[in-house]
Amino acid sequence: MSATIGIPREVFPGEKRVATVPDVVEKLIKLGFQVKVETGAGDAANFADDTYRAAGAQVVGSAAELWSGSDIVFKVRPPTSAEVGLLREGGTLIGFVWPAQNPELMQQLAARKATVLAIDSLPRQLSRAQKMDALTSMAGISGYRAVIEAANAFGRFFNGQVTAAGKIPPAKVFIAGAGVAGLAAIGTAANLGAIVRANDTRAEVADQVVSLGGEFVKVDYEEEGSGGGGYAKVMSEGFQQAQREMYATQAREVDIIITTALIPGKPAPKLITADMVKTMKPGSVIVDMAAEQGGNCELTEPGQAVVKHGVTIIGYTDLASRLAKQSSTLYGNNLLRLAEELCKTKDGVIDVNMEDDAIRGLTVIKEGTVTWPPPPPKLPAAAPQAAKPAAPPPAPKGHGHGAGEPMSATGLAVVFGLGALAFWFVGAHAPAAFLSHFTVFILACFVGYMVIWNVTPSLHTPLMSVTNAISSIIAIGALIQIAPPESGTGGRPDEWIRWLAVVGIALTTINMFGGFAVTRRMLAMFRK
Amino acid sequence: MSSSLATVSYIGATILFILSLGGLSNPETSRRGNLYGIIGMTIAVLATVFGPRVTAAGIPWIVGAMVVGGSIGLYAARTVQMTQMPELVALMHSLVGLAACLVGFASYVDTSIVLTGAEKTIHEIEIYVGILIGAVTFSGSVIAFGKLSGKIGGKPLLLPARHWINLLGLLVVIWYGREFVQAHDMASGIVPLIVMTVISLLFGIHMVMAIGGADMPVVVSMLNSYSGWAAAATGFMLSNDLLIVTGALVGSSGAILSYIMCRAMNRNFISVIAGGFGTGGGAPAAKADGQPAGEVTPISAVETAELLREAKNVIIVPGYGMAVAQAQHTVFEITRHLREKGVNVRFGIHPVAGRMPGHMNVLLAEAKVPYDIVLEMDEINEDFPDTDVSMVIGANDIVNPAAQDDPTSPIAGMPVLEVWKAKTSIVMKRSMASGYAGVDNPLFYKENNRMLFGDAKKMLDEVLSALKS
Repeated sequence: MSATIGIPREVFPGEKRVATVPDVVEKLIKLGFQVKVETGAGDAANFADDTYRAAGAQVVGSAAELWSGSDIVFKVRPPTSAEVGLLREGGTLIGFVWPAQNPELMQQLAARKATVLAIDSLPRQLSRAQKMDALTSMAGISGYRAVIEAANAFGRFFNGQVTAAGKIPPAKVFIAGAGVAGLAAIGTAANLGAIVRANDTRAEVADQVVSLGGEFVKVDYEEEGSGGGGYAKVMSEGFQQAQREMYATQAREVDIIITTALIPGKPAPKLITADMVKTMKPGSVIVDMAAEQGGNCELTEPGQAVVKHGVTIIGYTDLASRLAKQSSTLYGNNLLRLAEELCKTKDGVIDVNMEDDAIRGLTVIKEGTVTWPPPPPKLPAAAPQAAKPAAPPPAPKGHGHGAGEPMSATGLAVVFGLGALAFWFVGAHAPAAFLSHFTVFILACFVGYMVIWNVTPSLHTPLMSVTNAISSIIAIGALIQIAPPESGTGGRPDEWIRWLAVVGIALTTINMFGGFAVTRRMLAMFRK
Repeated sequence: MSSSLATVSYIGATILFILSLGGLSNPETSRRGNLYGIIGMTIAVLATVFGPRVTAAGIPWIVGAMVVGGSIGLYAARTVQMTQMPELVALMHSLVGLAACLVGFASYVDTSIVLTGAEKTIHEIEIYVGILIGAVTFSGSVIAFGKLSGKIGGKPLLLPARHWINLLGLLVVIWYGREFVQAHDMASGIVPLIVMTVISLLFGIHMVMAIGGADMPVVVSMLNSYSGWAAAATGFMLSNDLLIVTGALVGSSGAILSYIMCRAMNRNFISVIAGGFGTGGGAPAAKADGQPAGEVTPISAVETAELLREAKNVIIVPGYGMAVAQAQHTVFEITRHLREKGVNVRFGIHPVAGRMPGHMNVLLAEAKVPYDIVLEMDEINEDFPDTDVSMVIGANDIVNPAAQDDPTSPIAGMPVLEVWKAKTSIVMKRSMASGYAGVDNPLFYKENNRMLFGDAKKMLDEVLSALKS
């Protein structure tokens, strides 16, 4: 029996997102599910009821009818207690839950014998889980939107210009925290033409900052700030002191500060003090993306944009929702990937497999039993960047061209030593006539080495056939044996040698003519 | 023609040979390079024939031999199929090896060369080594030819204690070498020489028999190298600098190619020669925990055509399977059709795709695929994430993600084409059988991978007709 997925309208004030979009509905139906959508669910994100109907969903008139008729409910925001009351006994809920912040909600849900998958509890360090990582996709959108909000409140251009009316300096943007949101903000601000600086306690993100067009500002203090799962950890007092000085310097210099610093399960660190705000230029903008967790700036008012000391401080907590169509689409896709993981048989029946690391992490309540927090996953390996989509791939080792990496010193010494020994042996024993040939031989090997490395790999087959043709130069050997001036003297077995030489010449000429002809034929085929 | 004039001509020929190889750095200049090679060879042969070492009595014999050899060579060059290039090249190597043996024997029985002391010893060592290399090249190339043309099975033949057999052979060869050098007259010297030749022939056979089909590119380039060293050894034997230089050029060329091939497979040269790769012997141990889980998603030719039509960027990765199925012309037709529709189609070539270095490039060139859309692995690997569809035709190990992800895999560390990073990858394959390395391929089980089962030529024809309709 296939399950029904219900998509209610989000009831949180100002929330514009919806948990799935018509494109995704089609794919869910292909997985074997039935889909019900509450009327008006997608209106705020510009998805009309009709488009859901066209995709194969059933549109229902009221929230109560939707919740009672659905086996699985896809949500964006954590459900309100009224919504929990509507959830079917033993039903399944998938969405943002934030179990650490919402213990009461967890109890209510457990009381309904529900199975709850909290998309925010996804073990992000599993590379397999990235496709389901709604935090990442929402953070990316928020980072983009933060820059747009800043640009909106900022009274100048972002990019520098030289116009007939005068020269305009580019805006300077400082971004605190280079997580997903921070990186998205760096990229967006750099694209608008601003000078972007960024800082993060995790030193390994410096390359990612630079790759997006930002400049990485170091804190003048040695400490590694990588915690588990790609998050930052709380830093020591000495570090924080150095960090505060750096922020104070930046605050005096830049026009726009965007803060994204979060530490899981803790209030957001206060990075920007009221004193720093006072030193900022009038008309500057601060976008505090951590406003929901108390804010990185002391003067932030969550959910509001306020002007204090001439600085606009934006503390919106709904940045992703302000780009509702985009964020709904990405969120819908994240949930679709999760649905695929849950329903590998594609028959519309979900299997919450607690053996699967990703599913285990997501499941915070299983049939009424609270299973959060999950047992600690295997610690992230040496490279926690795995969870970061912007992580640059390790540079492949060069090959195919050039002589490759230089040898180690010992290897080189051994090679030179053996070479010297071999040369000494030859020099001590060989007669002069041999040595002149030997010289030619060694030099020719080097010439060959230099020339061949320049051959393009696509011509390796012609190279083989042409060297093959050239190696028929051995014919010269046979030619000078066939009838040298000495023949007929001193009991030389002329007949024997002649026949050997004649066969030798015939064999090598096959090569000579065949090799050059086939090379010619091949090369004629290479054309643009 | 005086002796000095002949020497100068040889220098000219040497320069032309170097220019010839240098010309191959670029398809534009390669045709001129081949011409340089032909001119160089002509100068060398004419300078020898009309030089001081050949009297008029020899000319009819020379002309006769060259006419016979030349016609056979030209005929073979004209009729050979491009898919058979590896076989032809292997066969030609064997001829060089055989010629080196013949010249070596002729030189030994030539009593007009009278040397004494160290010079005599060195000359005899040169003969001995020249024949040794020539014989190994000859028999090894014949076996390689047999394997490439399917006359001999591709499975490596692994005799028990094969390394000991080889070592024993080497010791016998060295011992007879001592006997040979100490022999006072020809009659007592010829026996060690013949015994050594037989052992060398057997060694050549044994060496190539022990090598698996996937290592053929290394073997072919290695034999290429040997044929050069054989020529160089002959040059020492006859005190001829032209032969030495040319032999050294060819020898280092083959050696570098072998090195490139080995590195492309992340294999050590010694371990390739020692053989045993692709036996399946080492694979089961690795499979114990590395078995990729999941199921494969098949796709039809019509769906493939749809995917290709909707794509903006397509990368095609051909392998030996394309050569076997002779599918390169259909591949080109598909490419042309898609390019006319504005799809950016490119080819990604792994260094060891096919059975000899550059094999795929030649096949695609034969099918008139422009060479500027045929790219090397290093040039194209970064572009897979921006690619909509990557299509793998008859290749397996060179697109195996286990080489990167699974350190226990027998092919771990081998550089591979990262086709799985494309939005969708399509693998064309006859069945689920594993590649030459005997390693299962986790690519097939990836979510964004689709399998198009069937003969490559037949399936591509269906894709093409679906594209056109």
